[in-house]
Amino acid sequence: MATKVHMEALSPTMEEGQIVKWMKAEGDAVSNGEVLAEIETDKATMELVARGEGVLRRILVQEGGTAPVGDVIALIAGEDEDVSEFEGGDAGESADEGEEEEAAEEAPKKGKKDDEEGDEEADEEGDEDDEEAGDDRAAAKEPASDGADDRRIKASPVARRLAEEKGIELARVEGTGPGGRIVKRDVEQAAKEGVPAAAAAAPDSDADYEDVPLSQMRKTIAKRLVESIGPVPHFFLTREIDMTRAVEARKRINAMLEDEGVRISFNDIVLKSTAMALARHPECNAHWGGDHVRRFNRVHLGVAVAIEDGLITPVVRDADRKGLRQIAAEVREMAGRAREKKLKPEEYTGATFSVSNLGMFGIDEFTAVINPPEAGILAVGGMVERAVVVEDELEVQTRMKITMSCDHRVIDGAQGARFLQTLAAILEEPLAALV
Amino acid sequence: MPVITYRDALNQALAEEMERDDSVFLMGEEVAEYDGAYKVSKGLLEQFGERRIVDSPISELGFAGLGVGAAMVGLRPVIEFMTFNFSILALDQVINAAAKMYYMTGGQIPVPIVFRGPTGAALQLSAQHSQACETWYVHSPGIKLVTPGTPADAKGLLKASIRDNDPVAFMEGELLYNLKGEVPDPDDGDFVIPLGVADVKREGSDVTIVTHGKMVNEALRAAATLEKDGIEAEIVDLRTLRPLDVEAILRSVHKTNRAVYLEEGWPYVGIGSQIVSIIQEEAFDYLDAPVVRVTQADVPMPYAKNLEKIAKPDAARVVEACNRVLYRN
Repeated sequence: MATKVHMEALSPTMEEGQIVKWMKAEGDAVSNGEVLAEIETDKATMELVARGEGVLRRILVQEGGTAPVGDVIALIAGEDEDVSEFEGGDAGESADEGEEEEAAEEAPKKGKKDDEEGDEEADEEGDEDDEEAGDDRAAAKEPASDGADDRRIKASPVARRLAEEKGIELARVEGTGPGGRIVKRDVEQAAKEGVPAAAAAAPDSDADYEDVPLSQMRKTIAKRLVESIGPVPHFFLTREIDMTRAVEARKRINAMLEDEGVRISFNDIVLKSTAMALARHPECNAHWGGDHVRRFNRVHLGVAVAIEDGLITPVVRDADRKGLRQIAAEVREMAGRAREKKLKPEEYTGATFSVSNLGMFGIDEFTAVINPPEAGILAVGGMVERAVVVEDELEVQTRMKITMSCDHRVIDGAQGARFLQTLAAILEEPLAALV
Repeated sequence: MPVITYRDALNQALAEEMERDDSVFLMGEEVAEYDGAYKVSKGLLEQFGERRIVDSPISELGFAGLGVGAAMVGLRPVIEFMTFNFSILALDQVINAAAKMYYMTGGQIPVPIVFRGPTGAALQLSAQHSQACETWYVHSPGIKLVTPGTPADAKGLLKASIRDNDPVAFMEGELLYNLKGEVPDPDDGDFVIPLGVADVKREGSDVTIVTHGKMVNEALRAAATLEKDGIEAEIVDLRTLRPLDVEAILRSVHKTNRAVYLEEGWPYVGIGSQIVSIIQEEAFDYLDAPVVRVTQADVPMPYAKNLEKIAKPDAARVVEACNRVLYRN
């Protein structure tokens, strides 16, 4: 079976890639996983590997040429296999097929799993096939699971037919008919505008997750708010936190670690606490997926780091399960390499939530802009000593203001507020981290 | 092309067919001496004599049965019902005799008869005289149903109906008799429109209005309104409800992806029910919206003018229905 080689999203923001060099020539044998080409993305030069076996039969985009993510750039097939049928297809069509294949290869999708369970009834054998056979099966099942996906989507018959003809995934089309029904004009519009970027092109996270289908209310909230404020409907929640105990705790921790030459920053404490709070509030540890909300079961924290000509957010993976010592070390190390622009894509992608801290610049409070598809970012201000009324008495406390930006399509006000409540409780009583 | 009335077009058709074939005769209440209640048979008594233009007593079942018998022995009767409202009395002869004879005699006895007259509502004739009778006739296999909406169709289809070897119910419109339209000059040759062929009365790309009979004109009015709004409606005039030109319906739905059925009758198991059923079954993958019907309200026709107006389907409601299937509401 012929395998189309697609221009893959080799960086989270990559929309097209340039072929720097083909490592294989037409006629060369290719095995699965072998490097086919060097591709220049918007960030770095990356390797594109083969997703199938056979002979590189056709190179469709030559060295120096560029192709949008999803486009077919080469064909791998058997030596004598007829590949003519793959060569005439227009770019749009092949791009969409690319998405579908990538989606089919994406294993841990909970929604997907349900579909496959349905299919298993019809096809019980083959469960224990090796991986390669498994891939074939996924490809063969494509139409079936596609249908299963479509069944959950309201679309007029002609809209379905049209979407199929144009290779447009209905899940990516917004319906304007009654009750959100996708009608012909919606598919035509989607075709005109180009289908939204493939799922693979969106910065994905390797954290476990659960895809939550959108309720009608959630869809309406999403649609209305976007109309109001732009593609990501932000709202902001600010809370002032008593950092007295955190200051104290930091002193003691740093005294403890002095011999190792390790120093924990306040930001490290904020990161650890945020990650712990997120673990308890998965509704805030989420991505907006267009047709679903993806809630992650692991916490990968993006840490905004200012670099010379911008900023980048290295990711501390499983930050909720790491100790302060490790978080401090990782952040310091990655921040250093970030300034030298030596971070690998996997080090600055896959965050489930981000934190930005401008406290060291004397900023009291600010709002940070969400990095889509993440649904939230925490803006951390500086610490100041202030007089606070506690039980009718004036008291001097070290206070810090944090502001959470929320994507309202994913997070509602009360959800964000509850998350901040948990976060404040942890910061105000660092012992909570032990509980 | 000469412009004549629907009434004169029917008159021409009758005269031409009686001229052509002397087995054709016309019978009904007041068709001879009085020239017909709606003057469709004007001058025919004079031209063809009382043997072929026959006044009947007020006994629908009787003269319908007489017609069926005449057809069975080789004549080609045209039976005029003053209106199809009164033909309900004759339904046993129509459904049980005319429609089944050919089948029950194993194809030995055809019944080449035409039952004709106006169907549907006129103005303030109340419940018993304002009903669209198509469904009663079209329900039974064995009888054809023709519903011309224009003078040309009236002429061409009546001539075809008289020549047809099956029983044909030919339903006219009381409010159509004065309608004028172009009809080919008799001197330019025989003008016959085959049964079972629909006619696209207006080309359009956005929505299909399928209809028949008098409502074709209401559909044209609706299309004119929609046009001002930038919507191009296609009007498929079925002309014959049995046999039905399914292809014509599907062709148009394939093009526009949306359909509205407009009819004068009641909604319950109306003609539209059948058309909707066919469209959803045969053109499902071409539909962008559920097919909507515009019909008479599901009540006996009120006498009061204001109530009658809202009970009847009209162009405004067709526009509304088209907007609905276009998702423009």
